[in-house]
Amino acid sequence: MTSIGTGYDLSASTYSPDGRIFQVEYANKAVENSGTAIGLRVKDGVVLAVEKLVHSKLLIPEANRRIQAIDKHVAMATAGLLADGRQLANRARDESASYRDNFRAPAPLKYLADRLGSYMQVYTLYSSVRPFGISTIVGGIDENGPSLYVIEPSGVFYGYYGAAVGKGRQLAKTELEKLNLSELTTRQAAMEAARIIHLVHDKAEKHFELEMSWIGDETNGLHLPVPKDLFAEADAKARAALEEDLE
Amino acid sequence: MDHIDMQQIKNGEVNLGTSIMAVQFEGGVVIGADSRTTTGSYIANRVTDKLTFLHDRVYCCRSGSAADTQAIADMGHYYLQMQAQSLGSAPAVLTAASLMEKMCYQNKDQLSAGIIVAGWDESGGPSVYNIPLGGGLFRQPWAIGGSGSTYVYGYCDATYQEGWGRDETINFVKNTLALAMSRDGSSGGCIRMCVITEDKVERLFVPGDELPRFWEGREVLGEAKKPTINRDVVPMAVEV
Amino acid sequence: MDHFPTNWGRPRNDAFDAYGTYPIAQRPYNGLKDAFAEGVQHTQQPIVTGTSVLAIKYKDGVMMAADNLASYGSLARFKDVQRLHPVGTNTVVGAGGDMSDFQYIQSLLDGLMIEEFTEQDGHSLGPAEIHEYLSQVMYGRRSQINPLWNALLVGGFKEGKRFLAYVDLLGTTYSASTLATGYGAYIAQPLLRKAVEGNEDKLTEEEAMQILEANLKVLYYRDARSLNKFQIAKITAAGVSITESKSMDTTWSFAEGIRGYGSQTQ
Repeated sequence: MTSIGTGYDLSASTYSPDGRIFQVEYANKAVENSGTAIGLRVKDGVVLAVEKLVHSKLLIPEANRRIQAIDKHVAMATAGLLADGRQLANRARDESASYRDNFRAPAPLKYLADRLGSYMQVYTLYSSVRPFGISTIVGGIDENGPSLYVIEPSGVFYGYYGAAVGKGRQLAKTELEKLNLSELTTRQAAMEAARIIHLVHDKAEKHFELEMSWIGDETNGLHLPVPKDLFAEADAKARAALEEDLE
Repeated sequence: MDHIDMQQIKNGEVNLGTSIMAVQFEGGVVIGADSRTTTGSYIANRVTDKLTFLHDRVYCCRSGSAADTQAIADMGHYYLQMQAQSLGSAPAVLTAASLMEKMCYQNKDQLSAGIIVAGWDESGGPSVYNIPLGGGLFRQPWAIGGSGSTYVYGYCDATYQEGWGRDETINFVKNTLALAMSRDGSSGGCIRMCVITEDKVERLFVPGDELPRFWEGREVLGEAKKPTINRDVVPMAVEV
Repeated sequence: MDHFPTNWGRPRNDAFDAYGTYPIAQRPYNGLKDAFAEGVQHTQQPIVTGTSVLAIKYKDGVMMAADNLASYGSLARFKDVQRLHPVGTNTVVGAGGDMSDFQYIQSLLDGLMIEEFTEQDGHSLGPAEIHEYLSQVMYGRRSQINPLWNALLVGGFKEGKRFLAYVDLLGTTYSASTLATGYGAYIAQPLLRKAVEGNEDKLTEEEAMQILEANLKVLYYRDARSLNKFQIAKITAAGVSITESKSMDTTWSFAEGIRGYGSQTQ
C-alpha cells in the first residue's frame, strides 16, 4: 500500500491512480482485527462457530452475540464491526421476510447472499458513506440442501464448503481443508468447529467465548444454537485436544 | 363535466363469462378453456384464447373481466421474467401463483378476476392453484372456474380419479368443458387446451362443430305434432 | 339527438335495457349525486368463506374444532381447507369468515413468529400475546373501514395456563371457557356452556372431544354451509396437535317412516 496517505484513501467514491478503492481495503482491515468466525457446510447441514473476543470481564456471558438468526432456516456469523453486523442482519431479515411475503416460500440462500452483496456494494460507491466493516458467513438450508456463503466488504460473495473470516482465518482454512466436509455429519462438524476455534485463538489475546449454531436434520430445519450438552462436549474435547498438542 | 359512473362502465365491460379448467396428472397438467367473450349477451369474440402464457412451463386460465385479468397476467408475466433472470432458473408454479394471488388479494376492491394458475416445475412437479374472486390461494388436483363451472361441479366430483394418464386427463377436460359450455350461455365456441409437461407445452384445439355431445333433450310425450294439410279442402272463396 | 357527450357510446346495459329501447334522449343521469356518496369504497364482502369454529377449555388445556369447508356463496367450493392454524408451539388460531383474509392473517402471524424467533432471546409469543396482536390488527383495519372479514378464536396453553379468546372483524374481543363463531355462536354455544361450565378442570380429553364432535354434528344438521369433514386441535402442556380430517356418523333412519306433513298416512 504504497499510495497510502496520498489522499486517494479518504473516500470510497475515489479510485487511487492504480485502480484501488482504499476505503474498501481498510474495511477489510477492520475484519482482520476481529475474532475468527467459521462455517462448515457438511452432508446434512451447516455449522457456524465464532471466536467472540470478550473485551471486559464485566460483560454478561453470552452478550453481544455474533451469530444472528435471520429466518427459521438461515443464520449469519460476522467478523468485523459488531454494529455493522447488526445492521446487515436486520437487512437480511427484511429481505427474507419480503421473499416469504411475495412467494410464499423460504428464501433461497443464494438469493439472500446476492441481495446482501448488492446492499453492501452500494456502500462502496459514495463519499458520504463508509463500506461495511464486516465479512459475513451466511449459512442455512434451502430447497437445494445446505449452503454457505461469505459476503465481503466490497459486496462480492462466494459459496463455500468451509469458510473462515477474521483474525485466525488462515490457520482455520488450513484446518478446514484437512476435513472431508461432504462426508461429515453436523454433529461431527460441531466438534471440529469447536476444535478449530480453540486452535486458532491466540493465547496472548483477550479471553474469548465460543459461539456455535447449527441447522440440519437434527434441528428439524431450524437454525438454532448448538444444544448445551453437545456444546459442552465439543468445548471440552476442543480444550483437551489443545492440551494434548501442547504436551 | 359530469362524473363518469364507474359502475356503469363496469357493467358494460367485456367479460370472460367463462368455463375454465386445469387438471394435474402424473408428469404434467392439462389446462383448458372455452373461447367465448361477451359484453352482456353479445359475443364480442368467439375465438378467444383464455389460456395465457406466464412463463415457459406456467400458464393461467383467466375468468372475470378481460381487462383486469389481462393486466394481472401481463404483470405476472413481467415479474416471472425478472424472477427467472435473477434466480437463473425457471420459476416455480407456486411462485407464479403467489404473485398472481397477491395482486388479486391486494386489489380485491377494484378487480373482478378468477384465475387458475397451473404448470410444471422442477421442485413441485405438476401443480394446479386456484385463485378465486377476492384472492386466496388453494392448491387442488383439479380446478374449475368461471360462470360455466357451477354447472359441472357434480360431473367433476363424480368423474375425476387419481392416477390418470395424459390422454384420460385430456378427455376429462374436454368433456367437462363441453358440458359447461352447453349449459352456460356465457360460455361457448371452441375448446382450447394445453398439455404442460417437463419437455414441452402442447396446444390442443377442438373446433366448435366438433365438441363432444351429450344428452340434448328429447320430447318424451310422443312425437311433436306436425301440421297436416288436407288437400281435399278447398279454401273458401273470399270476395275482394 | 343526445347532446350530452358523456352519454354517447355507452355500452348497452343488459340489466335494465337489453334491447336499447330506452329513449336515448332520456338516458338516466349517471353521475354521482354526492361526491362523497361512495367515499373510498372498500368495505368489500366476504367471498370464499368458512363457517363456525368451536373451542372449549378442558382439564389438560384447550380444544378447538372447525370443518374443512370453504364456501363460495352457497357453493361448497373447497372441501379440504384447514381452518385451524398453529402459531408457534402454544397457540392455535381458528377462523371463520373470508378465507383470503384468513390466509393473509396466517402470513402475518408466521412473519411475526419468525421475527420473534430471530431475536433468539429465549422468549416466545404465547396465546395471550397473539390474541392481543390480532385484536390490534383487526381493530386497526376496521378503523380504516377496510376490515379483515373474520371471526377468530385463539386457543392456547402456556406456562400451565389455559387461554381462550375471541376477536372479530370489528376488533371486538371477549374470553370465556367455551367459545364459538358464526352459526356455532347461536347453536353450539348454549350446548357447550351446559357441558363445560364448571367442569373445566374435570373434563378429560376424550370427553372434550366428544362434546365438540356432538356440537359439530348439530351444526352439520342445521348449518347449510357446513361439512361433515373436520379437524380438532388440542393445545396442552405437550404443545399443539391437530388431527387429520375426519367425519362422524349421522342419523337419518328415523325419517324413513315419515309421511306427509300432517295427517297423511300413506
